[in-house]
Amino acid sequence: MSELLVKNACVIDPLRGINAETMDIAIRDGRIVEEVSGAAEVIDARGMLTMPGGVDSHTHICGTKVNFGRYMSPEDMRAGRTPRRGPMHATSGYSVPTTYGNSYRYSVMGYTTLLEGAMAPLEARHTHEEFIYTPLQDTMANTLFDGNWAIMEAIRDGDTKRVAAIIAWTLRAVKGFGVKLTNPGGTEAWQWGKNVSCIRDPVPYFEVTPAEIIRSIVEANELLHLPHSVHLHCNNLGTPGNYTCTLGSFGLIPDLNPKRQTLYATHVQYHAYGGSGWKDFCSKSEPIANFVNMRPQIVIDMGQVMFGRTTTMTADGPMEFNLYRLHHDKWSNHDVELETGSGIIPVVYRRKNLVNSIMWAIGLELALLTKSPWQCLLTTDNPNGAPFVKYPEIIALLMSKRYRDAEFATVHPDTGSRVPLPAIERELDWYEIAVMTRAGQAKALGIQEIGKGHLGPGAYADVAVYPIRIDDVDPSVDYQKVIEAFGQTEYTIKRGRVVARRGECVVDGSNATFWVKPRVSEAYDMGKDPDFIEKFDRYYTVRMRNYPVQEEYLNRNRCIETEAEI
Amino acid sequence: MIVKDAVCPFCGCLCDDIEVEVEGGRVVAVTNACELGTTKFMGEKRMKNPILRDGNQWKEITCDEAVRYAADMLLDAERPLLYGWSGTHGEAQCVGVHMAELVRGVIDNTSSVCHGPSILAIQEVGHPGCTLGVVKNRADLVIYWGSNPIDAHPRHLSRYTRYAEGFFLENAFRDRKVIVVDVRRTETAEIADEFVQIKPGGDYAVLSALRAIVQGKTETIPRTVAGVTREQLVRVANLCKSAKFGAVYFGLGLTMTRGKYKNIRNAIELVSELSRHTKFTISAMRGHYNVYGSNEVNTWMTGYPFGIDFSRGIAFYNPGETTAVDILARKECDAALIVGSDPAAHFPRRCLEHLSEIPVVQLDPYPNATTAFCNVQIPVAVTGIDAEGTAYRMDGVPIRTRKVLSSDYLSDREVLLQMYTLMQEAKGQ
Repeated sequence: MSELLVKNACVIDPLRGINAETMDIAIRDGRIVEEVSGAAEVIDARGMLTMPGGVDSHTHICGTKVNFGRYMSPEDMRAGRTPRRGPMHATSGYSVPTTYGNSYRYSVMGYTTLLEGAMAPLEARHTHEEFIYTPLQDTMANTLFDGNWAIMEAIRDGDTKRVAAIIAWTLRAVKGFGVKLTNPGGTEAWQWGKNVSCIRDPVPYFEVTPAEIIRSIVEANELLHLPHSVHLHCNNLGTPGNYTCTLGSFGLIPDLNPKRQTLYATHVQYHAYGGSGWKDFCSKSEPIANFVNMRPQIVIDMGQVMFGRTTTMTADGPMEFNLYRLHHDKWSNHDVELETGSGIIPVVYRRKNLVNSIMWAIGLELALLTKSPWQCLLTTDNPNGAPFVKYPEIIALLMSKRYRDAEFATVHPDTGSRVPLPAIERELDWYEIAVMTRAGQAKALGIQEIGKGHLGPGAYADVAVYPIRIDDVDPSVDYQKVIEAFGQTEYTIKRGRVVARRGECVVDGSNATFWVKPRVSEAYDMGKDPDFIEKFDRYYTVRMRNYPVQEEYLNRNRCIETEAEI
Repeated sequence: MIVKDAVCPFCGCLCDDIEVEVEGGRVVAVTNACELGTTKFMGEKRMKNPILRDGNQWKEITCDEAVRYAADMLLDAERPLLYGWSGTHGEAQCVGVHMAELVRGVIDNTSSVCHGPSILAIQEVGHPGCTLGVVKNRADLVIYWGSNPIDAHPRHLSRYTRYAEGFFLENAFRDRKVIVVDVRRTETAEIADEFVQIKPGGDYAVLSALRAIVQGKTETIPRTVAGVTREQLVRVANLCKSAKFGAVYFGLGLTMTRGKYKNIRNAIELVSELSRHTKFTISAMRGHYNVYGSNEVNTWMTGYPFGIDFSRGIAFYNPGETTAVDILARKECDAALIVGSDPAAHFPRRCLEHLSEIPVVQLDPYPNATTAFCNVQIPVAVTGIDAEGTAYRMDGVPIRTRKVLSSDYLSDREVLLQMYTLMQEAKGQ
């Protein structure tokens, strides 16, 4: 039995409604408990800001395309390297760090749970292999269904139950967590070098539209009672005027689940653009945020852009090709048979560039104009908008109008006429930041009930203690202190053990992978469906028996079983 | 007993539809595999015990003694090399990276003498590719450039291209065109619809000519380019532009001939150019069944696909300075651990001269050319036969190889973990 007591902590724990109360946190054998014995190890938090461990509900850290981002970018690897030291292995990389690099840097910032945003089912084994080498966070993977042939055929036949059955079989096979749609229909069209422009364009050959894919998969997701909602990367990312497409997609979504949202729309910054071209490009954060404010069934994340060099990577292959034609730097693409695709290019976001400056403003506007912090979560779509090490700066920007103004003075001078940002006075408070970086993310992922994102008895003892006393600091003025505090915890505690202390990781660590196994009736077991098996055998290049990810790839893992309605 | 859907541990095709019949602890029959794969599955004459060089003789030693020898050798070395890795599973490669990091060694894999130039080109211009099934189901044009799959990847044609069924092709054999580009008329050229014969060393010029034609600058092309007529070049460019889905597969005929990585860069840029007109992809015909896995493992663990030098604690990568060939040719290396490859059969003479002067330990099931350079060789289980583990197909698809029979041999991972544990103890960790 191991016991730990974090004393005198200034706790913000939004899922329990606790806002800056001084209290002790008792931990036994990796879980939060009511109290511990006198023999417990004691950490005196001395009034420091203490919150549940950070949760990133959309980040790219492990798997085929992430690793290809490293593989093709020795210049990025050189831009961030540390030697083996104590229990820490050597790390490389700035925007796409090695697995250890990701894990250590997230841990130092207090993050204990990460969701890989896009896993191609055929290559799932790769994602799980990298999870094993991401030792200081629990991990889970969104699984891509945007260009899945069997699903598009079922949608064409109007058979939503079959759609659900295919999702159930696949999640179970690849040890996936949630359902991800990246440019639905567009990734299939891209395997012919084409794309879909918005939700009403039919996908070549399959003759279903993105709107039908989104609607049908949202319904299927709820039939399976998955913890997370459908996680959508809308069509038409990154193009001027795309906000109408985004609003059209949001408008498809009914309110189907009383516990959480019905749609998680990711990196919405990239989908909130006005204008008819790059010349009149402008922010449309207001109509998007207004729409979200009226729709409790929708949760978005920011996808904030920060200035500097990074690497963009997404399953949205056609978008990356368009970006390549703008930037003329190197370009990688990787289409995956019968399922999806991906693309990668390096980019630099510049303050002197008007479009980049507007993008930077839009992300902040979405967070400031969305009334409830539970509906707009803090992300950069790491590393697409910026590497996650920029989170502390984003937190400070959201908490300080003065900081925003100071930064705004350095961006392209025409930005002011294209964005509402300078007129927004709102400054988020500590509680709202806690929602946007852990509680809201856990709730949106549907993992609060299994003990993530809060510090209630029975929860996983994942705790972040930040070296800042919130009564002594006015974030709207002392934003530099906010950046420093969120950049490096005093203690990061993971499953009841101190894993990072003042910038150093102090244990080797061992993560857990969360995955979902929906239980379906015999009639909907795709593993026994003759048509599904026949098509699999004929058109995949991997045998059906060799496709599922074996138990060997899961360390310590937690399987979340659900009772499906099919 | 018949094992179905076994995974062939020979080439980068990583065929996973093999049926293996096992009787009395031996493979007695193999179905679906090509000749190369069958030979590997049926392989005999494995070494029984670890051996230690004792003057001009070999002495049998225990596995514990051999592991201790290797650990001490690496701990004592100033500039140890850990080389090979393409013939073993990913889990063993991961242990290898940790070992290299611990002793501040150089870890390198066979791609530095194989598709290393392809990787350098990708690091300059990227890689528009796809999985093999995308080509199988869609491609109406396939180009083999400087590669001869009939010899080196025999089932590539039947599983993925020439003879494969394709979802979007009504009659795949008839509707799919195959172009072979090579310096000699290979067997693969015989089954092609179009054969482009280039004078040796002329690949770069031909690629440049095709790029110019695709860009609409046909008038700049001379009557012949490296022995290829302008008419044929225009015909090939038109075939590419009018294809619905084109796929280029290149081999060592392009990476290891004059121009090296510049050839690959030019080929990738041709494909990027064609992507503005239609759908086009390009991929390397990777050799060993898990050489790509070694690149993948190294990349997520260290940031770089091959040639990684830990001598300063951090991972440092500079091909030309930090590959196995580099540190052997400069006589810097003072101990070598070889896993899952046979450098003595492939390395330049100067490197081998140095290899003969330093302590060498090899993990390999069979005696090979490198055995002659070894101080110790440890026979291990063969991944895909009596050991299982992860391998990455040439297109990046990871597949878990199956164990088709049991033996007393330890796997590479098990042997390496024993070494690593001893090394950690010695370092007080």
